Amino acid sequence: MAENDSRPNPDELLAQVKTEEEQKKRGKLKIFLGYCAGVGKTFAMLEAARQQKKEKDVVVAYVETHGRPETDALLAGLEVVPRRRVEYRGVMLQEMDLDAVLARRPRLAIVDELAHTNVPESRHPKRYQDVEELIEAGIDVYTTLNVQHIESLRNIVMQISGVWMHEAVPDSVIDKAAEIELVDLPPDELLKRLKEGKVYVPDEAARAAAGFFREGNLIALRELTLRTAAVRVDDRLRAYLQAHAIRGPWPAAERILVCISPNAQSAQLVRTARMLASQLYAEWFAVYVETPNDVRLSPEERNRVLDNLRLAERMGAKTVTIRGDSVAAAVTEYSAKNHITKIVIGKTQNRWRRLFGVAVVDQIIRRSKQVDVIVATAEEKPVKQERAALGMPFIDWRAYLPPLLLIAVATLLGHAVHSYFSPANIIMIYLLCVVVTAVFWGFGPSVMVCILSVLLWDFFFVNPHLTFAVEDTQYIFAFVTLLLVGLSISYLTTRIRQQTDAAQSRESETATLYGLSRTLAAVIGLDSSVRAITDSTKETFGLDAVIFLPDAQSKEGLKPHVDDPDVEVGENETAAAVWCFQHQKVVGHGTDTLPNARARYFPLSTARGTVGVMALLLTGATSRFTAQQTRLLEAYADLAAVAIERTQFAEKARSAEILETTEKLQTALLNSISHDLRTPLVSVIGVLSSLQEEGIELDDAARRNLIQVAREEAERLNHLITNLLDVTRLESAALRVSRQPCDVEDIIGAALEQLGSRSDTRPVRIEFAEGLPFVFGDFGLIVQVLVNILENAFKYSPPGSPVEVSGRKTGNLVEIEVADRGVGIPEQDLLRIFDKFYRVQRPDSVVGTGLGLAICKGIVEAHGGGITAENRPGGGTIIRVTLPVADEGSRDAGARA
Amino acid sequence: MSENKIRVLIVDDEQAIRRFLRVALTSQGYAIFEAASGADALADATAYKPDVIVLDLGLPDIDGVEVTRLLRQWTQVPIVVLSVRGSEGDKIAALDAGADDYVTKPFSVGELLARLRAALRRAAQPKGEPVFASGDLRVDLSRRLVTVENREVQLTPTEYGLLRVLVTHAGKVITHHQLLREVWGTGYEQEFHILHVNVSNLRHKIEHEPARPQFITTEPGVGYRLKTD
Repeated sequence: MAENDSRPNPDELLAQVKTEEEQKKRGKLKIFLGYCAGVGKTFAMLEAARQQKKEKDVVVAYVETHGRPETDALLAGLEVVPRRRVEYRGVMLQEMDLDAVLARRPRLAIVDELAHTNVPESRHPKRYQDVEELIEAGIDVYTTLNVQHIESLRNIVMQISGVWMHEAVPDSVIDKAAEIELVDLPPDELLKRLKEGKVYVPDEAARAAAGFFREGNLIALRELTLRTAAVRVDDRLRAYLQAHAIRGPWPAAERILVCISPNAQSAQLVRTARMLASQLYAEWFAVYVETPNDVRLSPEERNRVLDNLRLAERMGAKTVTIRGDSVAAAVTEYSAKNHITKIVIGKTQNRWRRLFGVAVVDQIIRRSKQVDVIVATAEEKPVKQERAALGMPFIDWRAYLPPLLLIAVATLLGHAVHSYFSPANIIMIYLLCVVVTAVFWGFGPSVMVCILSVLLWDFFFVNPHLTFAVEDTQYIFAFVTLLLVGLSISYLTTRIRQQTDAAQSRESETATLYGLSRTLAAVIGLDSSVRAITDSTKETFGLDAVIFLPDAQSKEGLKPHVDDPDVEVGENETAAAVWCFQHQKVVGHGTDTLPNARARYFPLSTARGTVGVMALLLTGATSRFTAQQTRLLEAYADLAAVAIERTQFAEKARSAEILETTEKLQTALLNSISHDLRTPLVSVIGVLSSLQEEGIELDDAARRNLIQVAREEAERLNHLITNLLDVTRLESAALRVSRQPCDVEDIIGAALEQLGSRSDTRPVRIEFAEGLPFVFGDFGLIVQVLVNILENAFKYSPPGSPVEVSGRKTGNLVEIEVADRGVGIPEQDLLRIFDKFYRVQRPDSVVGTGLGLAICKGIVEAHGGGITAENRPGGGTIIRVTLPVADEGSRDAGARA
Repeated sequence: MSENKIRVLIVDDEQAIRRFLRVALTSQGYAIFEAASGADALADATAYKPDVIVLDLGLPDIDGVEVTRLLRQWTQVPIVVLSVRGSEGDKIAALDAGADDYVTKPFSVGELLARLRAALRRAAQPKGEPVFASGDLRVDLSRRLVTVENREVQLTPTEYGLLRVLVTHAGKVITHHQLLREVWGTGYEQEFHILHVNVSNLRHKIEHEPARPQFITTEPGVGYRLKTD
């Protein structure tokens, strides 16, 4: 049966799981590490490759020999994947052809210069990302790297050589390397090679070459390299010891936390924390605390925070963004909860705050009980940093004008009442202005108002009037107090305002998420869920969203769902979505992968796997998302993933339910049919065996009686089998309907003839309208319909009660009605009587298969007609059959002479 | 030995069917010959020269319709075919190929016997009697007179022609094609509409209850039959 085929074969499942597991196996990365260009990394790598070629499938993906003959010689005999030619700004450039290597699927790929930056418009901006993709595809990779290109060491290299390296590889990539081979050359030998012209120096570095290739530098770099390699070796040793439960000499697990701030030192702090963490073999966390003050950050500062967080993540930290009122409080709380052992924080440059002991570092030192606090200094930020374009100036000059107006009004008011009030009371008006300004226009303007109030009060209302001089020295006390009070009010009010704003924005964020989750919970069906998500995204972010869902039929495997016809989804977009789906990473605009795409792609993942991809099409206006927006988007993606998964589950549950119900029905049917088929045979065999039985004496009458019973039962069995076969033929559409013009009168006559003795005892009244046209159909089948209906009429009405058959023309149809004076049909069953195997539930249930009317329905509908039942006023049932009229020219299509 | 017993050739691959037919027909005084396949049937027909053949359409080797055709190539012996419900096409084909009548399985022996008798009667009187009488209906072919309950009935030429063909084949089934061909001529075989209209008109003229005809009965999907007593 077809249903059984839909259940998966356990052997097939197992095979599938095995293949998936194999595919998930990552390849191994081996890095040939050197301290400088020219030590012979590429050479060593190619030598190793040639060794491997003897037993494995090795392919050269990209090797730069710089024309050196010894290196070129090593390439001989190795298969080289042709490079990809890319034209960029009128220049023909060559890059590794990543897709070709992936398609080739070698066991080992050779990729030179891990730190290389790819040509823009490549899939990944950096070669190490290409290498990562190869690794994930299960291909082993050999690569080369100079120590100065390691992210966490860039500052040290800068200190050593005075050169800031543009290209860097994140520590996380190197950490994941299976093996690091040190390629070493004593510095004096390197210098000799340089003199001999055997070292390739890129032109940009030529300027710095003089400084770079000093012996002192080389020695320092070499030591750095040796140390770095040693640390990694230690790692492997440690893992080995751990695996064998051998206790090593290392300290108990440390956990390090570094605070990210918007200021310039943060990047350096992150690197310091990274070094500390690697030396202590500790887990480390990079934490950014979002305070209400952050609404005042400039876009440049916001970007810096995001950059620093990303940097930390790339270097292997777990990044966290917490919200809190004060940085110190949030950090210490987080540390306590997560068992942090060391906090790395930078020294505040602001001397004033340090003086008052309110600097963040002081607060943390005060609050941290068990935690070590490491205060790191940061060097001056290296000159080579791109200055981000300045956005809108932070100070809004326009905010200062209305308060001035306010102050002027207050002064006039004071002037009006000053004869009645003492000066002390007039100051209240000014205080009011201060508060109002603080609430509506912020700290700066309210400070201005505060100072102006004191001055104006002195000038206009304190004796002597219209001078700044003061007669009564007690007023000086008032001035000072006024100033202090005013400033405090400004500060506090501004603070409160900021907190309220922050709380409100948080609330609106939560409300949006809540709204979306409620909509998704209420919605049933995949399309509705997708629509709810895209509508909500449009509302909240003003961006169009496209949801990609897996589709077995499309060749990419993903199909975009989009309501808005204006939104175009092209091949590029689908390809990017496919990449996102396969690698389960956020890609697209603003990320490291496919940064030139016009959308950002979020994988929709749940615990069970990825269910799809959500793409946000970015317009020119929105180029970056703030931390808050990114958080909200990720929450959206999670909700969307869960909602989609839910609809998929609902589908599965439904089909499982249907399958179960169908199976139950089938079992019930089989039981019922086998009973119905057997029962007549019981009588037949019973009668025949009685007749055979030697000991039974029967007279003629008795014998005739028995034989009659057997005959009737046999006919009944025939009838049942006929019905079952008809139903089967109707179901499988194997019914051949040969259409001809048929005389309705003829049909009734033939039906009554077929019913034979059953119709003899019944008065059957036949009434046809004048000029009733012929119907177009299969004579035999329509006769059968009438036979079944008449049989029902006889069965369900008392013997002797009349049955009326009538026919009339309505529109393009002929209507035939069979009416009886029987028991009628319960209202709720009027439609269900045409279902297969349906028998009206009644205590005095009449014997039957329940198939008769179902067959009628099947035949009539195959003719393009209809059949209905209704109860008759006065008792009884009317069955109405409509059939198409045969016009004069009607012919059976296949019967053309 | 047969003493002018009527010879029946039973052709059916089912042994059980042949057995009960043998018993039933022998009790009616027929002499029985059995064949289990088409090839055997053709051979036996030549060898035993039966008076009537009962032929099952669902034979294993040669199609029953084909056997009929082959038989009709050299003999006019009456053939009654045994058909299965639902295979109207086969029935009509057999009748058009020359079979005289049919019974649908499962059938009652009485029905089969009636058909055999009718078929034999036809064979015995190829020309047919000039006057056909059945119940209240009387058709005098020589005088073109049709009476019901002794009242004359006026028929159109077409209706009379139709009745005449039915009378000629009285007791036997005639397919629609045959009727159309014999009454209207070749080329009219698909004009069912005309046929049914005329049959209807004819019934309205000669039947008590046109809706429940006693004389001109319908063989659904196959043709018509003029019932004899």
